Amino acid sequence: MAPRYGTLSETMNETEQSPAMATMQARSTETLHAPRISMRGVDFFYASNKALKGIDLDLPDRQVTGMIGPSGCGKSTLLRVLNRMYDLYPGQRAEGRVMMDGVNILDPGIDLNQLRSRVGMVFQKPTPFPMTIYENIAFGVRLHERLSKPAMDERVEWSLTRAALWDEAKDRLGASAMGLSGGQQQRLCIARTIAVRPDVILLDEPTSALDPISTLKIEELIDELKQDFTIAIVTHNMQQAARCADQVAFFYLGELVEVGSATQMFTSPRQKRTQEYITGRFG
Amino acid sequence: MSATMRPGVGPPGADPVRGARVAALLSRRRQRLDRLVRLLCVVATVIGLAFLASILFTLFWRGVGALGLHVFTRVTLPPGSHGGLLNAIVGSLVQTLLGTAIGAPIGLMVGTYLAEYARSSPLGTVVRFVSDVLLSAPSILVGLFVYTILVEPFGGFSGIAGCVALAVIVVPIVVRTTEDMLQLIPTELREAAAALGAPKWRVIVLICYRAALYGIATGVLLAVARVAGETAPLLFTSLGNLNWSLSLTQPMSSLPVTIYQYAGSAFDDWVDLAWAGALLITLGVLALNIAARVVLRARR
Amino acid sequence: MSDAAAAAPLPSAGPRPAAFGDRLFGSLATAAGVLVLVLLGAIIVSLFIGGLPSFRAFGLPFLTDTDWDPVQNVFGAGVPIFGTLVTSVLALLLAVPLAFGIAFYLTEIAPVWLRGPVGTAVELLAGVPSIIYGMWGFFVIVPVMGDDVQPFLTDWLGDLPGVGMLFQGAPFGTGILTAALILAVMILPFIAATMRDVFNTVPPMFKESAYGVGCTTWEVMRSIVIPYTRASVVGGIMLGLGRALGETMAVTFVIGNTNRITTSLFGPGNTIASIVALEFPESQAGTLKLSSLLALGFILFVISFIVLAISRLLLRPRPT
Repeated sequence: MAPRYGTLSETMNETEQSPAMATMQARSTETLHAPRISMRGVDFFYASNKALKGIDLDLPDRQVTGMIGPSGCGKSTLLRVLNRMYDLYPGQRAEGRVMMDGVNILDPGIDLNQLRSRVGMVFQKPTPFPMTIYENIAFGVRLHERLSKPAMDERVEWSLTRAALWDEAKDRLGASAMGLSGGQQQRLCIARTIAVRPDVILLDEPTSALDPISTLKIEELIDELKQDFTIAIVTHNMQQAARCADQVAFFYLGELVEVGSATQMFTSPRQKRTQEYITGRFG
Repeated sequence: MSATMRPGVGPPGADPVRGARVAALLSRRRQRLDRLVRLLCVVATVIGLAFLASILFTLFWRGVGALGLHVFTRVTLPPGSHGGLLNAIVGSLVQTLLGTAIGAPIGLMVGTYLAEYARSSPLGTVVRFVSDVLLSAPSILVGLFVYTILVEPFGGFSGIAGCVALAVIVVPIVVRTTEDMLQLIPTELREAAAALGAPKWRVIVLICYRAALYGIATGVLLAVARVAGETAPLLFTSLGNLNWSLSLTQPMSSLPVTIYQYAGSAFDDWVDLAWAGALLITLGVLALNIAARVVLRARR
Repeated sequence: MSDAAAAAPLPSAGPRPAAFGDRLFGSLATAAGVLVLVLLGAIIVSLFIGGLPSFRAFGLPFLTDTDWDPVQNVFGAGVPIFGTLVTSVLALLLAVPLAFGIAFYLTEIAPVWLRGPVGTAVELLAGVPSIIYGMWGFFVIVPVMGDDVQPFLTDWLGDLPGVGMLFQGAPFGTGILTAALILAVMILPFIAATMRDVFNTVPPMFKESAYGVGCTTWEVMRSIVIPYTRASVVGGIMLGLGRALGETMAVTFVIGNTNRITTSLFGPGNTIASIVALEFPESQAGTLKLSSLLALGFILFVISFIVLAISRLLLRPRPT
């Protein structure tokens, strides 16, 4: 039998349970839903350098998949494959199959703008556009839909409400978005992303540039948003992955080392490398 | 440990007493040299500022005295007829604004090309190089060039030829500032717009231009300031017109050319008008430069 | 929430209006870039073709002949080329040391609160149109030169062997030296501002480590700042030279418009820009005179282009 490595709970004082553990154990009866996106054999190249090797991963529908791993392991790269962001840069290419709704989105014939309206992304650094709060939200919607003013107002309100920003923003919709705080700006970016009603939301370290209170607010947000959207979140913070994710995927040096439910990954990981990363022996 | 390696003893061959004296002597000499150089630098700055003061003082002293309502209400007339500079002022306004209207959009597109499409491509490098060379090319040659393509073949000087000459000067100025400002925009902003499904051209027009608006506007203002005072290109294209004319297909008057003609003349009232015109141009150019600074500071 | 969108599968092909917009905009941008190249080519070609009759008539000696005779239809570029080179180099000799001084003052010596206003004053000086310099030169500097400076120089230096030749002749106030002086004042703020920007690129760490071992300000400038910025400084100077070579209005008023090469700095002469400006009004299309002026323009363009290209390579070796 394989040697049993220490688990997260054993490395902490058994009498004090971290909030992360509590959340996870509350979720321990959850099963993973059917996949919304299926990746098979995905390779990624920066020029001749192979950054992702043979990734097979499913993103379960309307659940949160956390992607963890040390810096440079390829998790952000994989995220950017899912909305073909790498297409902006010549010399970067992806191979393999990423299936969504029966279509391989890596296919060259795919309409990228349409794809990105179905798969949205929030970045590490909040990036409000140099416009009013209202315009920030309306910008994305106008790219894909023709709405009357009342309908657009409604969409803006809906987006801001779901992003937990409506109360703070409703009196300043005409003010510049640059005047918001960091946490507010990031919530604005989330509102902007969900306004176009995507199926999948990709979050690339969304709270690493924020203070702890804003971080908490956004994590609560993620928990609500997953009722309607499939979410993939890249995070450096394992506690965050434990708090938010239903499924966790651990990457190392461009390979998917292990994937499983959050409970399983953090209490009894099967791979030695996973164990070492989770207990902080490297990374 | 040898004697010379003990702490408290200097490197071999060093004589502490003599060394201190030499150091003190050198220090005094170095201090004196430093003070001399500092003084020279201050003198140089004072000289430079003195020139500026002299120019501005002369302009105001001789220009204000010659200013009067007639300068703005009467057209250029033969000496002794108490003429003004109206047609020259209007002609300058028309050619400057029209020249900028032609040149700025072209400059904007080239700057966009360099910043968004060709940051490191060989063609982009060449275009950038050529644009920088044109930026400092003698404006008299621009005048000669436009003469050969728009004046000689059509048999006459024209206001539109003057506008085109000014446009050629405007283009590289706007290219430089547009490219610099667009390159300052963080990649994340572009990616965020692309992530919403915006095609590249919308990212550029709706997001990048908006983000760089103040900087680009500054570039345009600086270009206007530059061409407002240009004389040589207009000498060969719109020539100047002592009568009132707004026709773009006829020679058109302009302030710099009129000043050039009047200043070198032997008539006192014409020379006075030249000073008045010089003051007007300088005030306009300074105002535009200051406006450009204010706009740039209003960013953020 | 996204039911309607989820029902429709991702389109895998078909007409895409966005792609058309991208193609159109991209083509416009590229076309604009190419237009700049075409512009440069057109300038060179038009000046060359315009000057061709003159080149053919006079051949290579055109560059050195000093005749300029509209009556006999004999033209030579010798005097203007000589004048251009002499006035520009002289202007540099006068302007560069001053520009150095101003740049050092602005970066190291001036109290911090003074740097902004003085720097702005220098930049404003750079923005003054050249015709203003011409007028100021003609009405203010020429009398001073003629009444005070030129007689002074003639008295003190005119009798020296060799060098004295430069300082002789009637003190009209105009001439090569005056033109060079006006040019110097004109390019001074430009070179000073460029140098100041270049000096400001030296990382503070380098300077601080020199101050830290007890260097005086001048020693820091001499051993750290100048070596670090040497290439850019030369580039800035060449940029100033490029400007001086083509300056018209600052020079035309004061150069004296005479087609002669004199040994004295007080003597009149011509630059390419001034002769083109002054002789153009009397040149008719199709004449050899006009062709010679265009040929002169071509020569000026070649000289300027070489100087500006070198300066560009020194100042901005790699695009960002």
